[in-house]
Amino acid sequence: MGGKAPLVTVEGLRVTAGGGRSVIVDDVSFSIARGEVVALIGESGSGKTTIALALMGYARAGCTIAGGRVRVGGVEPIGLAPAALARLRGRTVSYIAQSAAAAFNPAQRIMAQVVENALIHRLRSRAAAEARARALFRALALPDPDGVGALFPHQVSGGQLQRLMAAMALITDPALVILDEPTTALDVTTQIEVLRAFKRVVREQGTTALYVSHDLSVVAQMADRIIVLRDGVVQESAPAAQLLTAPAHPYTRSLLAAAAPAPRQAVALPAGAAPLLRVSGLVAGYGPPDARGLPAVPVLHDIAFSIAPGSVLGVVGESGCGKSTLAQVIAGLLPAARGSITLDGEALAPRAAGRTREQLRRVQIVFQMADMALNPAHSVRRILARPLQFYHGLRDAALARRVAALLDMVRLPQALADRLPAGLSGGQKQRLNLARALAAEPALILCDEVTSALDTVVGAAILDLLAELRRELGVAYLFISHDISTIRALCDQVMILYAGRCVERGGRQVMQMAPMHPYTDLLLSSVPELRPGWLDGMSATHLAEAAGGLTRAAARLACPFQPRCAVRLEDVCDRVPPPVQPLSKGASILCHRGEAELLRAQATAAPLHASAD
Amino acid sequence: MNAGITRLRPATAAGLLIVLFWAAMAAFGPLLAPHADGGVMSAQVFDAASRAAPLGTDYLGRDMLTRILIGARYTVGVAAVATGLASLVGTTLALCAATVGGWTDAVLSRLLDALISLPSLLFALVVVASVGSSIPMLVATAAVIYVPGAYRTVRALAVNIVAMEFVKVARARGEGTLYLMRAEILPNIVLPVLTDFGLRFIYVVLLLSGLSFLGLGIQPPYADWGSLVRENIEGLAYGAPAVIMPALAIATLTIGVNLLVDGLAGRRGGGDGR
Amino acid sequence: MSPLARLLAARLASGVLTLLIVSLLVFLATEMLPGDVAQAVLGQSATPDAVAALRAAMHLDQPGWLRYLLWLRGLLTLDLGRSLVNGLPVASLIGSRLPNSLLLAGLTALVAVPVALLLGITAAVWRGTAYDRVVGVLTVSAVSVPEFLVATLAVLVFAVRLHWLPAMFYGLDLRSPGHMLLVFAMPVATLSFVVVAQIARMTRAALTNVLDSSYIEMAVLKGVRPLRLVLRHALPNALGPIVNAVALSVSFLLGGVIIVETIFNYPGLAKLMVDGVSTRDMPLVQACAMIFCAAYLLLVLLADLLAILANPRLRHP
Ligand SMILES: Nc1ncnc2c1ncn2[C@@H]1O[C@H](COP(=O)(O)OP(=O)(O)OP(=O)(O)O)[C@@H](O)[C@H]1O
Ligand code: SF4
Ligand SMILES: [Mg+2]
Repeated sequence: MGGKAPLVTVEGLRVTAGGGRSVIVDDVSFSIARGEVVALIGESGSGKTTIALALMGYARAGCTIAGGRVRVGGVEPIGLAPAALARLRGRTVSYIAQSAAAAFNPAQRIMAQVVENALIHRLRSRAAAEARARALFRALALPDPDGVGALFPHQVSGGQLQRLMAAMALITDPALVILDEPTTALDVTTQIEVLRAFKRVVREQGTTALYVSHDLSVVAQMADRIIVLRDGVVQESAPAAQLLTAPAHPYTRSLLAAAAPAPRQAVALPAGAAPLLRVSGLVAGYGPPDARGLPAVPVLHDIAFSIAPGSVLGVVGESGCGKSTLAQVIAGLLPAARGSITLDGEALAPRAAGRTREQLRRVQIVFQMADMALNPAHSVRRILARPLQFYHGLRDAALARRVAALLDMVRLPQALADRLPAGLSGGQKQRLNLARALAAEPALILCDEVTSALDTVVGAAILDLLAELRRELGVAYLFISHDISTIRALCDQVMILYAGRCVERGGRQVMQMAPMHPYTDLLLSSVPELRPGWLDGMSATHLAEAAGGLTRAAARLACPFQPRCAVRLEDVCDRVPPPVQPLSKGASILCHRGEAELLRAQATAAPLHASAD
Repeated sequence: MNAGITRLRPATAAGLLIVLFWAAMAAFGPLLAPHADGGVMSAQVFDAASRAAPLGTDYLGRDMLTRILIGARYTVGVAAVATGLASLVGTTLALCAATVGGWTDAVLSRLLDALISLPSLLFALVVVASVGSSIPMLVATAAVIYVPGAYRTVRALAVNIVAMEFVKVARARGEGTLYLMRAEILPNIVLPVLTDFGLRFIYVVLLLSGLSFLGLGIQPPYADWGSLVRENIEGLAYGAPAVIMPALAIATLTIGVNLLVDGLAGRRGGGDGR
Repeated sequence: MSPLARLLAARLASGVLTLLIVSLLVFLATEMLPGDVAQAVLGQSATPDAVAALRAAMHLDQPGWLRYLLWLRGLLTLDLGRSLVNGLPVASLIGSRLPNSLLLAGLTALVAVPVALLLGITAAVWRGTAYDRVVGVLTVSAVSVPEFLVATLAVLVFAVRLHWLPAMFYGLDLRSPGHMLLVFAMPVATLSFVVVAQIARMTRAALTNVLDSSYIEMAVLKGVRPLRLVLRHALPNALGPIVNAVALSVSFLLGGVIIVETIFNYPGLAKLMVDGVSTRDMPLVQACAMIFCAAYLLLVLLADLLAILANPRLRHP
């Protein structure tokens, strides 16, 4: 690689925002050789996208490219005339955006948008461009490559749109492709397909690419070289294998550590304690109820579980499977259509308005979007004081003392008490949310993706805090996450949801021991590993299952996983509701297949994902 | 306060000054008027500006400046009361609908949406035709006409806030509807609600002066600026200031409010930082 | 029925329902009239027999809901009753004026809509520039100025000072374009003034929203040039809101028509209605109000249907 002149060189790039008042990219230099895939990795706000866009001579509104040189294949995009820039963009350099759903024009058919690049740059006739597009659709393993072009973007799934955008980028055979977090918005099982499609196309066409991501495991599968970025400054740049195995910079090491979180210390639970919360036969959804009282959009189907005092139940599943809905039903924000919820043996009313203040106090909820969960008009002090007044009737000095104590408990400096939420960082906001929940002195906290919106390092600190609070206060959590590693790190019990059904439930060891429910098996094997060859080593069974994705039609089947399932029983699984059956490892699954059959199927589908605990 | 004003954009500051000026005139205008109300001070009708009558004289030879200063009370005051009523009722209903949701929301929205589809001047004409145009009736009519608009704007704002998780947190805590409306939702929409008040005030001023201009609004012996334009319309043929000045007074008032509102609305983004 | 057809049908039904509610409101408002209408019409000196006869003829002896239904039937069969002032059939009074008002509104729309769209679109495309700010301040001022100021200023300048145009409306001669231009110049310009500003503001807002979206950024990064960006990528997505803005501005147009017809003494429906209001000629006022409301609702409904049809999500579920 060393001999050839690099395709891209960046020297001393500097980008400022707010009229030069803040520097968001500072003195960044790197180069990309022809045919090389370079990854730019860093946490949110570290300037990844800004650098990527600067390669196209583009700065978002409010940002200015304040200095440095960029060369892409002999052209210097910075300061280029608009007409020349338009010739560069989409032709020499093309861009794959983070959210394909937002980046496709909702008013145009997909084919028109995919070939537009080739037409405006006068590379091909329309017919030739469309033929080339269909070839790319095929290469990207899109279902129905001949028909998909006639659809509108909203008629296609997110994973497919992401691949369609790759076709849009590649149709001009650009010298450089920029992929900006192309799989971040996708579920893990969908991500696999998209990553594999990208990888194959990049390899076949010898594309030079800049891959922007915050996820080291994903980057490990794609990149030849990795550049680590923090606050707009390059920390380390090294070949992928070297950076992953022998990181030189302490910041890289902390990223690597946070990517594979260690399990927090477990708590010994008193055996045989009466459950704190028991849920059975829960059915819930949205929209007006029909004649039988069932909601128009059913989301949760026959969910049952219990949580022991002081224990943690993890709920995992892909986006839209009903995790948040479950938390809202328990909190009384969304009345269930069927089923019962009991707290300490007392039945809870479906709506919060029907519950006693004491019942409400004992169950608190914390949301994913830390900033949306804080009233921007209320100061930190007021936010914490309200539950103290509301539940405990505290006033004056006692109130002030308790607010101070709560801030201490979640490690927030006292000086923040009079700030508005806008003056806090993301991590601080989430701590404040926790403190507000703790103010009620609850027995159970419903944590809905509380670390998902945070950077890995910040999220890891919140996980530590949660573990510590649980040890000290004996509070139980219903811990919702789509991220299996955080579930592994914190939870005693695990429940796996698919299309609103609980497909597997058991102790945390269920995620390490075969056999599993076929969906659990797929989900676990889809979680990217830091090991570079992981993606290429996926078993064919899992790849086939991952390719399916949940469709609206499938969600109505007796087993919604049936169309994807490698061990499905034709004419049974789609019609007969699968039974709940216990497994000898201590879990129960929702499946027609017996333990022995599953064990056999999953043994052959190796390599097994059992990671050390 | 001083620092606050100097940080405003020039257009916004100009708007603020105009609004303050007319508010002061509405309050103290009669005290400042150079001549007694209703007093004929010149034999010359439709006179041009002179030292004694800086804005000329009207169709009876009365001083226009005095007439305008006294009219300020009716144009500004009546419109302010009507808008205040409309905003108060509209905002309360909207907060209620957004917080409670369900049937309350559906019924309220349906009804008020039907009301909104009556063009305002038309509705006012129908009411005036039927019950006449006393000042209380005009205030009530204008308030009724603009309740649906205020309701719709505030409801749209409030629905966005209600969907936010901090409201869910408060609900899950067991807070009542009133607390949600007052403490959780209202503080986050104060600025846009004020903006909306300003815009609605302009509409009401235009509506009422339009009615008066048609001779169907405020009736003699009272006169707002719209009536002044009407009673002096014959002076148009002579190019008398008596026709143009009251109309210009309305224009400065409404443009002033609009500039102020535009400035406030523009500040919404960055504003609350600390 | 396809979901799209069902949606369109629902909109249509909701439009009809709104019109019914509006008719009820108009009826109620005009029924608030204190005192006895028949007595008021005939004057104090009328004999009790004559009053009773008129009461029967106007169905005043019937309960309110029945009178509402009778009135509604009258509306649907174009039997609008007789004027209380001159006894002429309301339908013929309206029939002679309606075409004039439609002509005025049509000419105004013809002038105002293209100008407004041009202003709104250019301001959105060059948003943040001096041009945008100037258009912004001008349109803000224009929407806040009363129509009668614009009209009086226009008369003052063009009729009184310059003698270019007639101050009053002397009659229509549709055959002579020169005459038409002279006669309609001021009324149309006055009406357009506010309508242009209103539509331009809403168009700019709708288009700015779209231009700030990620798919527009994506198009820029594909190397799409500005003209194509606006025409092909942005405008189709802003169509719904723009069509709605145009329809909503009609309500401003309506208020303006009332003022302008009065000022220029234009023989239109609005002038007829204002005269009816001064003389408290209820059947006439009711009928005019319903015509205006129906026209307005029809336009809003049309805009709604267009917006639905322009939305690919609804057209291709
Ligand atoms: N207010 C609502 N009205 C109608 N449908 C809704 C509503 N909220 C959620 N849904 C639907 O209910 C299903 C479950 O949503 P839910 O938010 O519970 O999923 P989730 O598992 O929390 O997903 P994520 O991981 O994306 O947060 C989804 O199909 C979603 O589209
Ligand atoms: S029930 Fe059938 S389709 Fe569903 S997971 Fe089990 S085997 Fe697969
Ligand atoms: Mg969720």
